[in-house]
Amino acid sequence: MIRERLSGNEAVAFAMKQINPDVVPAYPITPSTEIPQYFSSFVSNGTVDTEFIPVESEHSALSACIGASAAGGRVMSATSSQGLSLMYEMLYIASGMRLPIVLTCVNRAVSAPINIHNDHSDSMGVRDCGFIQLYCESNQEAYDNIIMAVKIAERSMIPVMVCYDGFITSHSVENIELLEDSVVKDFVGKYEPKHYLLNPNEFISMGPLDLQNYFFEHRKQLADAMTDSKKIIEEVSEEFAKISGRKYGMFESYKTEDSDACMVILNSSAGTAKVVVDKLREEGLKVGILKPRVFRPLPYKDLTNALRNQKAIAIMDKADSVNGFSGPLYSELSAALYSQSISIPSINYIYGLGGRDVKETDLEEVFRNIIKISKDGKVDKTTNYLGVRE
Amino acid sequence: MIEIRWHGRGGQGAKTASLLLADVAFSTGKFIQGFPEYGPERMGAPLTAYNRIDDKIIRIHSNIYEPDYVVVVDDTLINSVDVTQGLKETGGILINSSLSPDEVRKTIPEYRGAVYTVDATKISHECLKANFPNTALLSAVIKITNLMNREDLEEHMLDSFKTKFAKKPEVIEPNMNAVRRAYDEVKGGNSYDK
Repeated sequence: MIRERLSGNEAVAFAMKQINPDVVPAYPITPSTEIPQYFSSFVSNGTVDTEFIPVESEHSALSACIGASAAGGRVMSATSSQGLSLMYEMLYIASGMRLPIVLTCVNRAVSAPINIHNDHSDSMGVRDCGFIQLYCESNQEAYDNIIMAVKIAERSMIPVMVCYDGFITSHSVENIELLEDSVVKDFVGKYEPKHYLLNPNEFISMGPLDLQNYFFEHRKQLADAMTDSKKIIEEVSEEFAKISGRKYGMFESYKTEDSDACMVILNSSAGTAKVVVDKLREEGLKVGILKPRVFRPLPYKDLTNALRNQKAIAIMDKADSVNGFSGPLYSELSAALYSQSISIPSINYIYGLGGRDVKETDLEEVFRNIIKISKDGKVDKTTNYLGVRE
Repeated sequence: MIEIRWHGRGGQGAKTASLLLADVAFSTGKFIQGFPEYGPERMGAPLTAYNRIDDKIIRIHSNIYEPDYVVVVDDTLINSVDVTQGLKETGGILINSSLSPDEVRKTIPEYRGAVYTVDATKISHECLKANFPNTALLSAVIKITNLMNREDLEEHMLDSFKTKFAKKPEVIEPNMNAVRRAYDEVKGGNSYDK
């Protein structure tokens, strides 16, 4: 184990160096630019033998990933915001062709108005594209998840998107524990695809026209693979715990064993929420948080079981669905709770859009509100905008 | 936990200074955060950078509103930015200035905590023949926060410069001089009531 201090982007570029993928096509966009920037220096220095393809757009970046992955290569890339938007068409093709590409999404707001800062509109906007989605609180989790993502993708034959917060995580330098190169190399192993285009012993076609007769079955196979990937994610996380000592589940619970009021929150703000939980616990308030790591597949039974005994829940969305109802995490979790016949008063907050700083006091306000709800059971308004000026 | 806020202008290296401070604190075995607040990245525009330093893991991921220390890289910022906003009176403010702490205090009359000055620009010009006040400010901030003693600081900086200036070894000693001078020349530390 190596103790270091790295930014989130440095950590991910370092993980990619250790993974040494066959092909990395990329197009730069803030705040993910540093990943291909640092990685291209590893290519130039000869520390990796990756084919680095500096393409002319994100559409081309993911297209090149798809070609290289179909050919049989281990493939990675990174993007943010409009870059992910421009990949949209190809995201469905990557998953539909069952190509185990690992894509880092450094979360950033989507225009308009134009903004370079963090929220989750980009990855939440493509939540139905058939990628597995892993969310990360810190640079450590970004590093760990990138390494695990390679195995998860290749075992499930589903592409994986690893998401972490732009600037807050991507550009902040923090302590991190890195694994030795040889440990990462052994962990990810050699990629041996079952079927690939450059196999001289098997002549196949990939991505051909697929009409009424088979299309539906192929989509069902993808859906089944997504459902089954939960088990694969659990297995890979177990294996990772053995080499790192860091154990990851579908989600992380923080002080929820005896809590009455629970906040569900993704990524870096979950760290701030933990600090607020500790503070409120000193006042004797029974609060906790639940931080989903895996959003796709949605581990709806595990999540709802973990929330079953709460008396009030705040579900936090750093993305707005602009649908006249709620943010995406709220819609999905409240539907999941309903499907399990669990009825708990719950409230939705849209927060931190476009990099609006998420302060301890903001989250404390949410906790105090759900403590009140846990007592009187009354939710005045389902969807609220935290700290917005009106 | 110690929280530090840096005020500088684009191009002056406040961001680099915050990352260097994170490096120094990291080398003493601390948990650290170093992060700039990114805005419109124009040369000369005011910018802010932050550090957190603690003995245990740092989970909070918001900006710093009540810092223990503030470092002002460019004293002309005092006229346009509220540099003491939220600054704890138990902490202090370090300003890169040719003025004495008492003279500088007049420009921030509401602040009752400790005021320090160091003429990092002059030190930089004399030692490095250029305006890179970072190294001197870093040394001064380490002194006022008691993060490291002089001996350890010199050892750490020498190691760091040896790596950073591997291809320009002739600039190592001038930079070390800037470190030593700032450590000795930082003035002030009295709070208002003393």
